[in-house]
Amino acid sequence: MSMRAGSATVALVVLALPFASFLLLALVRPLRRSAVAAATVSITAMVAAVVAAFWLSWRATPLALLQSPSRTWSWIPADGGPMATVGVMVDGKSMAMCMLVTFVSLMVQLYSWAYLHDEPRRSLGRYYAYHSLFAFSMLGLVLAPTFLQMFVFWELVGLCSYLLIGYWYDRPAAARAAVKAFWITKLGDLGFVAGIVMLWAAAGTFDFWELFRLAHTNALPVAGMPLIMFLIYLGAVGKSAQFPLHVWLPDAMEGPTPVSALIHAATMVTAGVFLVNRAFPLFLLVPDVLTLIAWVGAFTALLAATMACVENDIKRVLAYSTVSQLGYMMAAAGAQAPDAGFAHLLTHGVFKALLFLGAGIVIHVFHTNDVFRMGGLRGQPWLWVPFVLATLALAGVPPLPGFFTKEAILGGVFEAHLMIPFVMLAVTAFLTAFYMFRVVFLAFFARGLGDSHAHHHVPPLMSGVCWTLAALSVATGVNLARQMLAGGHHEGAPAWLPAFSLGLAGAGIVLAWAMYQRGAIDPARVAAVLAPLDWAARRRYGIDAVFAALYRGALLGFSRAVGWVDRYVVDGLLNVFSAWTLRAGDRLRRLQTGLPQDYLYGVALGALLLFVLAQWRMK
Amino acid sequence: MPLGAYLTLAALVFAIGLFGVLTRRNAVGILLGIELMLNAVNINLVAFARFSGDLGGILFTLFTIAITVAEVAVGLAIVIVIFRVRRTVEADHLDLLRG
Repeated sequence: MSMRAGSATVALVVLALPFASFLLLALVRPLRRSAVAAATVSITAMVAAVVAAFWLSWRATPLALLQSPSRTWSWIPADGGPMATVGVMVDGKSMAMCMLVTFVSLMVQLYSWAYLHDEPRRSLGRYYAYHSLFAFSMLGLVLAPTFLQMFVFWELVGLCSYLLIGYWYDRPAAARAAVKAFWITKLGDLGFVAGIVMLWAAAGTFDFWELFRLAHTNALPVAGMPLIMFLIYLGAVGKSAQFPLHVWLPDAMEGPTPVSALIHAATMVTAGVFLVNRAFPLFLLVPDVLTLIAWVGAFTALLAATMACVENDIKRVLAYSTVSQLGYMMAAAGAQAPDAGFAHLLTHGVFKALLFLGAGIVIHVFHTNDVFRMGGLRGQPWLWVPFVLATLALAGVPPLPGFFTKEAILGGVFEAHLMIPFVMLAVTAFLTAFYMFRVVFLAFFARGLGDSHAHHHVPPLMSGVCWTLAALSVATGVNLARQMLAGGHHEGAPAWLPAFSLGLAGAGIVLAWAMYQRGAIDPARVAAVLAPLDWAARRRYGIDAVFAALYRGALLGFSRAVGWVDRYVVDGLLNVFSAWTLRAGDRLRRLQTGLPQDYLYGVALGALLLFVLAQWRMK
Repeated sequence: MPLGAYLTLAALVFAIGLFGVLTRRNAVGILLGIELMLNAVNINLVAFARFSGDLGGILFTLFTIAITVAEVAVGLAIVIVIFRVRRTVEADHLDLLRG
C-alpha cells in the first residue's frame, strides 16, 4: 500500500451518508413502510457514498514520513489527555476498503431491488435500513483510528449481520442461523475486547498510530504482547470464520442471497482480515502468533475446500469457498505478506459478490439451491458468462485478478518457509478450481432437466449488476497483469510459481470437467476411493456437532444453573425480605387504632418513662 | 403552708385531669380534663412564684390562662364540627386515622 492519505472531511461524508439514510429509514415510518421510497433513499445515499469514496481515493495526497493519517477528536476526557478518541484514519488501506464496501453495497442494494421483488413491500424498508446501517458500520470499522472505535463498529457489524441473516425471521432455520452467527462471532469478540483492554493497560492508548509508533521504538512490553495479540487475533478468527469458529458462515446462507453476497464480499467477514492487516505492525512484534495465524489460515483453507467439494447447495459451496479464501488471506498475513492478503481481500470482494449474485440468478431461475437440479443454461450466455468469469477469477486463471493475488499469497507463504501451509494452500488452490467448476458444470452446463431451451426471464437489473461486477473484475485483473508485466513486484518468489499455480487451477478444472461434464470419471467411484474423507467432509468433520453439543451442554447447562440461582437465590432472598416487610407492616398497622385516647396513653406512658429515667439518672 | 402542699395539690389535680382525659369517652369531657391539667400547671407556676419571690411565674400564668381560653374555644369548635359531620362526639367512634 502506498503511503497516501485522504481528506478526513471527505471520509466523514462517506461515513455519514449511509448513516443518514439509516436514520431516515429508521425514524420516518411512512418512508420505511413504502418500499420504493426506502430503496430510493438508501440507494441514493449509497451512490453518493461511492462517489465520495472514489473522490477520497482520487484526491489522496502523499503522506509525509511518520505523519499520522488519523484525525481524532477527544471522546472520553481524563486527566492528562483524553482516555479515548474518535475520528477517522484515512490511509491507503481504509481508502481501498471504503471503495470496496460502498461499491459492493451499492451493487447489492440495486440487485436486491429486483431479487426481493416478491417480498412484502412493507418489510423492504426494514431491509434497506439494515443495509444502510451495515454499510455505515463497516465504513466506521475500516476508518477507525483506534481499537476502541473499531470495536464499537465491529460489534455493530455483527449486529447488522445478525439482523440481515435473520431477515426472514419467521423461518426457524433463519432465526437459528442468525443467533448462531451472533454467538460464534461473540465468542471471538470476547478475546478481542480482552486483548484491547490488556493492550491499553500495557501501552496506555487505543490509538493505532500511537501504538505503531511505540512498536517502532520497541516501547511496548515484550512479555505480554503474545497473549494480547493472540486475543485480538481471536476476534478476527470469529469474524473471518477461521477454524474452529468457521461454523457460522455456511449457516448464514439462510439470509437472502444478496445479503450473503454483502457479508461474504465486502462487510462482516472481511473485518477480521482487515483487523489483522490494520494491526499488522503490532502483529510483527509476535512472530509466534503470526506463525499460528498462517497455520490456522492454511488449515482453514484446506478444510473448507474439502467441505465445498461435497456440498450440493450452491450457496453453501460459495460459503465454504469464502471460508477457504479467508484462510488464504490470513495465511498471507501470517507469512508476513499482508499486502498480498489485502490485495486478495479486495479482488476477492468483487468476484465473490459476483459469484453470489450470479448464484442468485440461477436460484431465481430454478427456485432451488441444489446444483443437481439445475442445468441447461448453455444457450443463454448472458446468464452464465459473469458467473464463469468470477469462477475463473476464484480458481486463479489469468488475467483475472484472483490469479495474481492468490499467486502473491502462495509466493509469500513460500518465502516465509512455511512449507506445510504452502502445500495445504496449493492443494486448496487445486480443490478450489475443482469445486467451483463442479458448480459451473452442474448448475449451468449439465443437460437440463427438460426445458433446456426455454428462455428464462431474469430481471435486467440483476444481470446488469452482475455484468458490471464482471467488467470491474476483468478490468482489475488486466490492470494487475499490466503491473506484473511492467515490473514483477514479487522479487523473492520462485519463478516456477505462476506456472505451478496455473497448473493447479487447470488440473482442478479438467478434473471437474471430466467428472461432471464429460462423465469420463464417475463421481461415485471417486467418492468410494476417498470414502473416509468423503464421509467426514459430508458430516463437516463433526465440528458443527461439537459446537452444538457445547452449546447444549455447556452453555444451556450453565444458563440453567445461572437461571436457578437467579430465581431461587437472588430473587428468593428478595422475596423473603419483601414477605417479612409485608408481614411486619401488617402487624405494626394494628398499633394505629386511630383512637385519640390510645395515643394519649402512649404519651402518658412515655412521659412516665422519661420521669423514671430522669430520676434514675440523677441518682 | 409549705411549698410541698401546693405541689401535692397540683399533682393531684393533674392526675385527676389526666385520668379524665384518658377515661372519658365524651369529647367535651376530654376537653375538661385537659383544662384541669393546665390549671394544675398554673398552680405550680403560681406556687413557685410565690415562694421564690419572682413574679415571672405569675406573669406566665396569665399567658397560660389566655392561651387556654383560646384553645378551649378552638377545641369546642372542632367538637361541634365533628358532631355536625359524624352525629357523635364519642371518642370511641372517632377512629378515622385507624391503620
